[in-house]
Amino acid sequence: MDAPTVRFTIDGIEVDAAPGQSVLEACDAAGIYIPRLCYHPDLGPSGNCRVCTCKINGRNSAACVTPAAHGMVIENDTPQLTGDRRAVIEMLFVEGNHPCPYCVASGDCELQALGYRLGMVAPVQPYQWRSQPIDATHPDIYLDRDRCILCSRCIRASRKADGKTVFGFEGRGIAMRLNVDAEGGLGETQMAAIDKAARVCPVACIVVKRDSYKIPDGSRRFDTAPIGSDIEAKRKGRAP
Amino acid sequence: MDMVQAVQRHFGHVGNDAVQALAKALGIHAVEIEDMVSFYAFFDREPRGRNRIRLSKTPISLMKGASEVAQAFEQAAGLSLGGTSQDGAFTIEWTSDIGMADQEPAALVNGMVLTSLTPADVPGIVAALRTSGDKGGLPPYPQHAAQAAMLPKAMVRPSLVQPGPLLSGPHGLAGGLKAALARPPEKVIEEISNSRLRGRGGAGFPTGLKWRLTRKAAGEEHYVICNADEGEPGTFKDRMLLSQFPGLVFDGMTIAGYALGARHGIVYLRGEYAYLWDALQQVLKTRRALGLLGANICGRDGFDFDIRIQLGAGAYICGEESALIESLEGKRGAPRDRPPFPTERGYLQQPSAVDNVETFVCAARIMEEGAAWFSGFGTKESAGTKLMSVSGDCAKPGVYEVPFGITVNELLDLAGAQDTAYVQVSGPSGQSVAPKDFGRRIAYEDLSTGGSTMIFGKGRDVLAIVLQFAGFFVDESCGWCTPCRVGTTLLEQAMEKVVAGRATLADLARMEELANTVMRMSRCGLGQTAPNPILSTMRNFPGLYEERLAPVAFTPRVTLHDALREAVAVQGREPVTEES
Repeated sequence: MDAPTVRFTIDGIEVDAAPGQSVLEACDAAGIYIPRLCYHPDLGPSGNCRVCTCKINGRNSAACVTPAAHGMVIENDTPQLTGDRRAVIEMLFVEGNHPCPYCVASGDCELQALGYRLGMVAPVQPYQWRSQPIDATHPDIYLDRDRCILCSRCIRASRKADGKTVFGFEGRGIAMRLNVDAEGGLGETQMAAIDKAARVCPVACIVVKRDSYKIPDGSRRFDTAPIGSDIEAKRKGRAP
Repeated sequence: MDMVQAVQRHFGHVGNDAVQALAKALGIHAVEIEDMVSFYAFFDREPRGRNRIRLSKTPISLMKGASEVAQAFEQAAGLSLGGTSQDGAFTIEWTSDIGMADQEPAALVNGMVLTSLTPADVPGIVAALRTSGDKGGLPPYPQHAAQAAMLPKAMVRPSLVQPGPLLSGPHGLAGGLKAALARPPEKVIEEISNSRLRGRGGAGFPTGLKWRLTRKAAGEEHYVICNADEGEPGTFKDRMLLSQFPGLVFDGMTIAGYALGARHGIVYLRGEYAYLWDALQQVLKTRRALGLLGANICGRDGFDFDIRIQLGAGAYICGEESALIESLEGKRGAPRDRPPFPTERGYLQQPSAVDNVETFVCAARIMEEGAAWFSGFGTKESAGTKLMSVSGDCAKPGVYEVPFGITVNELLDLAGAQDTAYVQVSGPSGQSVAPKDFGRRIAYEDLSTGGSTMIFGKGRDVLAIVLQFAGFFVDESCGWCTPCRVGTTLLEQAMEKVVAGRATLADLARMEELANTVMRMSRCGLGQTAPNPILSTMRNFPGLYEERLAPVAFTPRVTLHDALREAVAVQGREPVTEES
């Protein structure tokens, strides 16, 4: 009795999902790491980055927005998917300016950590050299759009968690960028440093001032363990 | 959407004050209005010229002399392309295919369509616009007949060249609708299923099944949506249907309304076709007067159905059904992740059937003539006939109604094409078909197509065409997902290097790899098909790529000239090279 209604396999491992869970949520709970970037557990999925793309029943789909269904056969850790994910991460590296060695987020940056985890050595695609002015109008937060990866986390957090709608997209295609809800910049918006939106940026686009070097380089989240280790630890802990 | 359209029409742009006012009126944030407005090519955040001239930029228009026409406009209006003249009278820019491939070069002038332009026409057009501008303010938009009459070449030629069983023969007013009403809705869907009708936009989903799913799905309302966002370069058959057979389109929509139990029909008309607005509204008005729309249609108690038209604003991606629905809801046209499918949760989260213009026409004719009549044409997998939009190097461009199963060769003969080097089937998102494959058939099981057929004769630069298509996808990518947003740009840059003769063998391998990643990782059909022109020409014309290779192992992407550009600008002089 109590047979789970939803059971699927990922890379040959059987996973039980609770009703309503996405493939990614179910795998997280089971301790199987699917690389991802725009997904954040506290925010609804939005499918921007496509890093969590898996081969689901033979078709590529993003795991964060695909509801888990009974009998699904999923491929996750394959050379082709890893290669494609690495290529997508590389696209983000060349689209913006990401100078890891002297970036405030180094060691705590999910883009950088994915680059390492997926085996990116150096981008082979040409840099696009984006150059947008830094928004320093806010007393406690600065906004460096050249590092934005358009993951929409801050947009979702500000709208849903903070109830403020400080952020939005502007433009389309390669010209798309992060916009704020005031002509005069972030300082004129409702944004506060304690907002969820200030804490979910996976890179160093939204940076809370006077907060950055509390943990020194070398002992930050991904300096000590690769990204995804926390999720995988759940499975290791449970393994027979 | 309509509010922003009205602001754009009235003020010529959607400025900050307007954004604030709209946000206040709608009770949402300014950033949300900006999000939507900045997405569409036909909305401006900054003031532009009083007269907006948009030249259609496609391989076909360029072949027919669009560059020369553009130069003539630059000269006559005294500005450079993309810019606004100093007196604020003109803004001239390129735009993606405007659905006039059989009569290029074509342009949109304040929403009016000018066709078959030559450089000699341009001074007259500019002079006429100057006069109308002097009379005060913005020219009316969409087109008023009187306004159009002042402009040379303000005429769209009827595009139907060869009708087939679908479009010829006697079809009375609302014959299909009356036939449908004679049976219960379930039987209507059954008849459509029996006809084996599949979606005519190119994807080929069985229409009967789509209608059944939509009918079955629970919702407060059901919606019938006609996809008239005909944006695939080289296609114009929906424009032809809407101008020459609007009755059949509305008939099909009303039949769908009856079959699905829907009360609302919406036509999403691409912004480029705004010139059809008045005529279509007139047809709807007439149909309401005749009792073919409105309450108790054809005297049937309780069958209420009406149709409204939503005008788009210049975004190819809105032809994707979930992006179209987002746009209908007044948002940026970014596709949704599926499931849920629109049949389950579509417009306003209600079950919606989104079908192509041609599909509705087929449905109307099937109800009139019967499923057996329809499935008597075509092949096993592809019942019926298909409207093909034929353009390019041929004697008779236009729309041809042909039975499915026709070969590319037969189609080329019909259109009077000779010495064809290659055919782009189904637009840039489709396939590049080489002469060795001209025996292949137009059908869902072989060459699946929405109808766009661009013919390129011997002597055309295939790689330059591929580069132009690559640029099209850069312009039209919605930007939502990484692989398409960044990948299309990287592919265009890689292709530029090929065309410039600077690419090496390693560059080609890298471009192919990148193209495959974009195809596999993108969120919707746009990104998944954007690499097709590159991949299919690499496969079919490898020799063309090899001929352009740089005979060295490596060349940098950036030339010395490009690398020094900023320094040259600062210093005001060119570098002195060693040779000189």
